[in-house]
Amino acid sequence: MTDITHLDRLEAESMHIMREVAAECDHPVMLYSVGKDSAVMLHLALKAFYPSKPPFPLMHVDTTWKFQEMISFRDMMVKKLGLELIVHKNEEGIREGVGPFSHGSALHTDIMKTQALKQALDKYKFGAAFGGARRDEEKSRAKERIFSFRSAEHRWDPKNQRPELWELYNTRIRAGESIRVFPLSNWTELDIWQYIRREKVDIVPLYFAAERPVVERDGTLIMVDDDRMPLQQGEQPMMKSVRFRTLGCYPLTGAVESTANTLEGIIQEMLLTTSSERQGRVIDHDQSASMEKKKQEGYF
Amino acid sequence: MAHLDALIETDIRAYLIAHEHNSLLRCITCGSVDDGTSTLIGRLLDDSKMSLEDQMEDLERDSRKSGTQGEDIDFALLVDGLAAEREQGITIDVAYRFFSTEKRKFIVADTPGHEQYTRNMATGASTADVAVLLIDARQGILTQTRRHAFIVSSLGIHRLVLAINKMDLVDYSEARYKEIVSEFESLAKHLPGEIDIQAIPLSALKGDNIAGLSDQTPWYKGPSLIEYLETVSVGDKRIKAPFRMPVQWVNRPNLDFRGFSGKIASGEIRPLDRVKILPGGKETQIERIVSYDGDLQSAEPGQSVTLTLKDEIDCSRGDVIVAAASPSEVADQFQAHILWMSDKRLLPSRRYLMKVGAKMVTATVYKPKHRIDVNTLEKRPAKTLELNEIGVCTLTLDQDIPFDPYQSVKDMGSFILIDRMTNDTVAMGLIDFALRRSGNIHWQALDISRDMLAEQKDQRPAVLWFTGLSGSGKSTIANAVQKRLFSLDRHTYVLDGDNVRHGLNRDLGFTDEHRVENIRRVANVANLMADAGLIALVSFISPFRSERNMARSLMKEGEYIEIYVDTPLNVAEERDVKGLYKKARSGEIKNFTGISSPYEPPKTPEIRINTVDTSPEEAAETIIKWMVDKGFLDL
Repeated sequence: MTDITHLDRLEAESMHIMREVAAECDHPVMLYSVGKDSAVMLHLALKAFYPSKPPFPLMHVDTTWKFQEMISFRDMMVKKLGLELIVHKNEEGIREGVGPFSHGSALHTDIMKTQALKQALDKYKFGAAFGGARRDEEKSRAKERIFSFRSAEHRWDPKNQRPELWELYNTRIRAGESIRVFPLSNWTELDIWQYIRREKVDIVPLYFAAERPVVERDGTLIMVDDDRMPLQQGEQPMMKSVRFRTLGCYPLTGAVESTANTLEGIIQEMLLTTSSERQGRVIDHDQSASMEKKKQEGYF
Repeated sequence: MAHLDALIETDIRAYLIAHEHNSLLRCITCGSVDDGTSTLIGRLLDDSKMSLEDQMEDLERDSRKSGTQGEDIDFALLVDGLAAEREQGITIDVAYRFFSTEKRKFIVADTPGHEQYTRNMATGASTADVAVLLIDARQGILTQTRRHAFIVSSLGIHRLVLAINKMDLVDYSEARYKEIVSEFESLAKHLPGEIDIQAIPLSALKGDNIAGLSDQTPWYKGPSLIEYLETVSVGDKRIKAPFRMPVQWVNRPNLDFRGFSGKIASGEIRPLDRVKILPGGKETQIERIVSYDGDLQSAEPGQSVTLTLKDEIDCSRGDVIVAAASPSEVADQFQAHILWMSDKRLLPSRRYLMKVGAKMVTATVYKPKHRIDVNTLEKRPAKTLELNEIGVCTLTLDQDIPFDPYQSVKDMGSFILIDRMTNDTVAMGLIDFALRRSGNIHWQALDISRDMLAEQKDQRPAVLWFTGLSGSGKSTIANAVQKRLFSLDRHTYVLDGDNVRHGLNRDLGFTDEHRVENIRRVANVANLMADAGLIALVSFISPFRSERNMARSLMKEGEYIEIYVDTPLNVAEERDVKGLYKKARSGEIKNFTGISSPYEPPKTPEIRINTVDTSPEEAAETIIKWMVDKGFLDL
């Protein structure tokens, strides 16, 4: 076993999970959020099924407030790999003009992300959806299974999870129920970056430092990605060398000042900083158990 | 620790290259709330700098709110993820934690220790390479210690850390430590699997002997917990076993390519290796090991690969590609250890779905032969299995499957049972051995059938199984029956306990395990004799009901005839033909049935012989008459 490294073991486990889903589940889909975890998940899917293409489409839930560079990167990847991509937006939310500035982060995330995801899963009747969540991200995720079951109402019941024994996954569901599958459950943030480096996985350039227009709000640097961002009195976008540790809706994603423009540089910064990854994400900062609550309500 | 590594600042590339080659170790911590498992893991995360600063701030806030350590940080709060657990101060579920050092990455399954969470512990143990078993130094070995050790040992974990925690509360006493270690070592002798024990005195709360050796325990020479976990070797057993790969997915991008994707369960594979596809049994060669990064020259256990075969032969999901020279067994009936995981108890004879490897079959689970009391490790009679109970059962499948015993190749001998109505996973199972090898491909097909062999002898084969206490008269009666049968021109053979122990079973003693093996062997021999058309007379104490039932299930329906030679203990002891009872009473002989080892009398034997008022000849007459009545003999 001396030759098998931890990345090899993680890779093999993820590939095994994806193949189980492809073989046993009806209508699987891979949720592709365009971030680095999705990039790794997609790369693993290419490996798991090679020389075939992954036997499921990708789906992006577009809140319409994503960084522009994420969208162009997404379209470039799909074209390059020749994969099917479903883009779903909450049209009702769009008609009502829902956005983080006008409705606040919590309501925006609920309508444009959580509700939109439920709509899409109902619309296409996907029996299983891959997500890139990892157990090291957050406490309640540490206890979630790799195969996580959702009722017909998309609810998660943490007290009633199926035991996962060895690598024998029970994928059976009843009509209307669905499974969220997390093939990266056992990866850590460092594993993800090491793997990206080893495998030369393409990632959105936003992860690398560059001069970008930002404003500082409540101690967080927000990038002015388009002209929908209302500037407050006296606010003037400044050009700063920044990068992002996590990607989402640009108004809800804090940038960090950095000059790291190589993978080694990013990893070095990550290892030397002491702030955990999701801190850049505004939505789960209110209380420790909030993710558990959101997941019960159907958040991915 | 990894994150203090000076290379991060000075040469990140060198750091990354070194870390890329780290191996992975999965471990499970077991102990109950009060033993401090969560505190220990919190400490491991902290000492390896994996608890990041903002999480630490949360933790300080939560410690003040609901901590149990006064002003100090309550590390347990770092790992108890669900809100319900934090409020109640207990760990309900299995939580997986991650940390890494310069040498290894670790995945730790943190599981609760109470008996009602046995299933959670087994879940965590199923994927672990090493178990860390916590003991509160003040309490010593408790019932739960025995339970935890039994579960990890049953699940085939060969490396165990006996973490004697809270040493600070016993003044770091070496005597106390040694006392606990020696008590555990004697307990370990009764565990089902082989186990390698490393005892370490700890204080998770104070950090003693976690990352480095503590000044508080100068008498302990190491290793520290992390040092042990970093260096312990695991997994070499899988690579030495013969090649096995369950086919998960048939890879068919176009008409010119047909590959078989799966994760290697054991053994190595190279192009040109000869393989068989089971259960079909067709033989071919490996053509290529295809991967996204180009063809591989070899692959080993734990790798997910895609294989192509030289010949166009049938192979689909659920089949297993195995080394042609040493293929798996193929069977449709097993004995297995089962841990029941559902609130709804096992319904014997009901059909459950069984997932084994990449295959889903239907299995009928019969009434348990016995259950195992996880606290005392004793066998107990059982009609069913309730939540968290472990039992030994016979399973019959609707089709043949390839398998290896769990203790040989984990991924080939493990299965889950699924309720067909609720879809819940209701049990985990470990295959012990096959009871019936129908269609077994290394079973040489023979032109002369067992029926022809019996016909040639003009008799109906049978196994007359004499069970009873030592000195009850089994062999005397068997001898009398054989004489009668011989005079009737019947072909017979007597397998006598004492005689067989001089040859076939000379390596076996009288512990429970050896008694079981003793019976397993003789039952198989008797079965072969019946196959050969003989009437076999087996005269063995065979004290355990489950082994007699095993023997029964091995034979063709109706061929096993259980004869209970019912002699009360005082009568047998009074006779004491061989002088053994006297020795047993004086302690000269250990594990003597009836004195220091149990005898489980048959409940419904085919024939019961009361030897108190029956002579051996009369007993033989009774048996012969029974055989005539049941059509085994024609007079």
